[in-house]
Amino acid sequence: MTLTVNDVKRIADLAYIEINESEAKETLIQLSGIFNLIETMQAVDASTVEPMSHAQSVVQRLREDEVTETDQRELCQSIAPQVEAGLYLVPQVIE
Amino acid sequence: MFNASLKQLSSQLAEKKISSTELTTEFLNRIKKFNPEYNAFITVNEDISLAQAQAADKMLASGQAGPLTGIPIAQKDIFCAKGWLTTCGSKMLSNFISPYDAGVIERFNQAGTVNIGKTNMDEFAMGSSNETSFYGLVKNPWDVAAVPGGSSGGAACAVAARLAPAATGTDTGGSIRQPAALCGISGIKPTYGLVSRYGMIAFASSLDQGGPMAKSAEDLALLLNVMVGFDPRDSTSLQRDVEDYARDLQKPLAGLRIGLPKEYFAEGMSKDVESAIERALDEYRKLGAEMIEVSLPNAALSIPVYYVLAPAEASSNLSRFDGVRYGHRAQSYSDLGDMYRKTRAQGFGAEVKRRILIGTYVLSHGYYDAYYIKAQKLRRLIAQDFTAAYQQCDIIMGPTTPTVAFNLGEKSGDPIQMYLSDIYTSAANLTGLPAMSIPVGFGDKNRPVGLHIIGNYFMEAQMLNVAHQYQQITDWHLQSPV
Repeated sequence: MTLTVNDVKRIADLAYIEINESEAKETLIQLSGIFNLIETMQAVDASTVEPMSHAQSVVQRLREDEVTETDQRELCQSIAPQVEAGLYLVPQVIE
Repeated sequence: MFNASLKQLSSQLAEKKISSTELTTEFLNRIKKFNPEYNAFITVNEDISLAQAQAADKMLASGQAGPLTGIPIAQKDIFCAKGWLTTCGSKMLSNFISPYDAGVIERFNQAGTVNIGKTNMDEFAMGSSNETSFYGLVKNPWDVAAVPGGSSGGAACAVAARLAPAATGTDTGGSIRQPAALCGISGIKPTYGLVSRYGMIAFASSLDQGGPMAKSAEDLALLLNVMVGFDPRDSTSLQRDVEDYARDLQKPLAGLRIGLPKEYFAEGMSKDVESAIERALDEYRKLGAEMIEVSLPNAALSIPVYYVLAPAEASSNLSRFDGVRYGHRAQSYSDLGDMYRKTRAQGFGAEVKRRILIGTYVLSHGYYDAYYIKAQKLRRLIAQDFTAAYQQCDIIMGPTTPTVAFNLGEKSGDPIQMYLSDIYTSAANLTGLPAMSIPVGFGDKNRPVGLHIIGNYFMEAQMLNVAHQYQQITDWHLQSPV
């Protein structure tokens, strides 16, 4: 697998991280080295192996659909970058 | 006093020979004196610590105290603690005063311990040298030219330099055990699911596990008794009967079958580490243990598998940092997308961005099967190797790290060399097995060497027994650089 600068820019775009041309070039060199390391996985045939997503094979617990948290809006919004009238402010997204 | 074990401190407090306020003041003074050099703590808050100490003294006076009441504990800055700046070593959270306590912090508060400060760490726990912290690097107290290891580098430094009697850490690929080894202290990552992840800022959720870091195995047992317990707010927390992790400390080791994976005793381990490990194994032979060669044929895969799965989970977990509800937000931006992009470009450091990009790539359309699913399949092969090995032995030993602490700056420009520091440790995270490191001597430049002890699932009490018996006939764990 060979990564290109455009791949790096596309991934950065998907990850919502601004990246300029020189950063993309530098990142490409490092990611290429890391993917060479990762590629060593491909030497092993694991086609018949079941994927393991988790250390413990336990069933996810369910809980009753009931209120467990009290309203702490003011406390939580006290550390927000921008709030007004109990609402989080972000740039306008709907015209 | 600062060299005392937790058991000694506990009885001094119970017998009123010292108060928690005096003890806390002593450690706060040590931090004031030594932290400017070591940078082990990001935040110290004397007012909160001393108020907790006074509350502990009341508990002690009224006979309500538990074994750790009044003892100062350094908390890794990954654990949310109400009213404390909780940064995770990142600019992204450099203004985040946590509105709530992590499950682990709640348990320590209930036990009446004192939070002596929040320790430095690699940014979002991504690193093996503590050099990726937004708050600057941490020095190894044995040799200030060396790294303390990471990501729990501040915690390891604080315990080694006796700035705190004990500390908490978290371990996603070796972040408790590797710094414990490099700083000559003891640390254990319990079986996945035993310690609550609620309020422990997530890096890779299927691998992250909190655990204690301290001078000795006996101290670790007392700390685990506080830290382990079911938490319904963590969906992977395990519901099990309460255990006393100190119950087996005194058991003799005669007949113990120690498995030595031939892959861990092959090329890659430096000579100085090897000779310290061999001497430690000789001590175990004296204690009556039997050595059995075992094989973990897929051991070499643990690094590539880890560097697919951990970044994949990280890219998902770190998507929550968007500058909307808390944390850093860029000063100027043109629209919402631009706000996200600038906020994240400014708030995350280079290593965190690198891992988010790796994770985003391996999860993206067209690459998911080749990387993410493939890595999950190999993860099972790695786990099966351990299951097979435990048919032949009771416990597995090897080196915690391939070399002693490297120099500050030596690997910071080379991510791959840095990643290989976790060659022996990451398998325990992939499999969920409990694993620990204890100090077993010194290698090149008089830097500490750690013995890695990997147990079978839920065998923490046995591992602590195995470590404690060694610490009864050796004194590496009592040595300190101060």
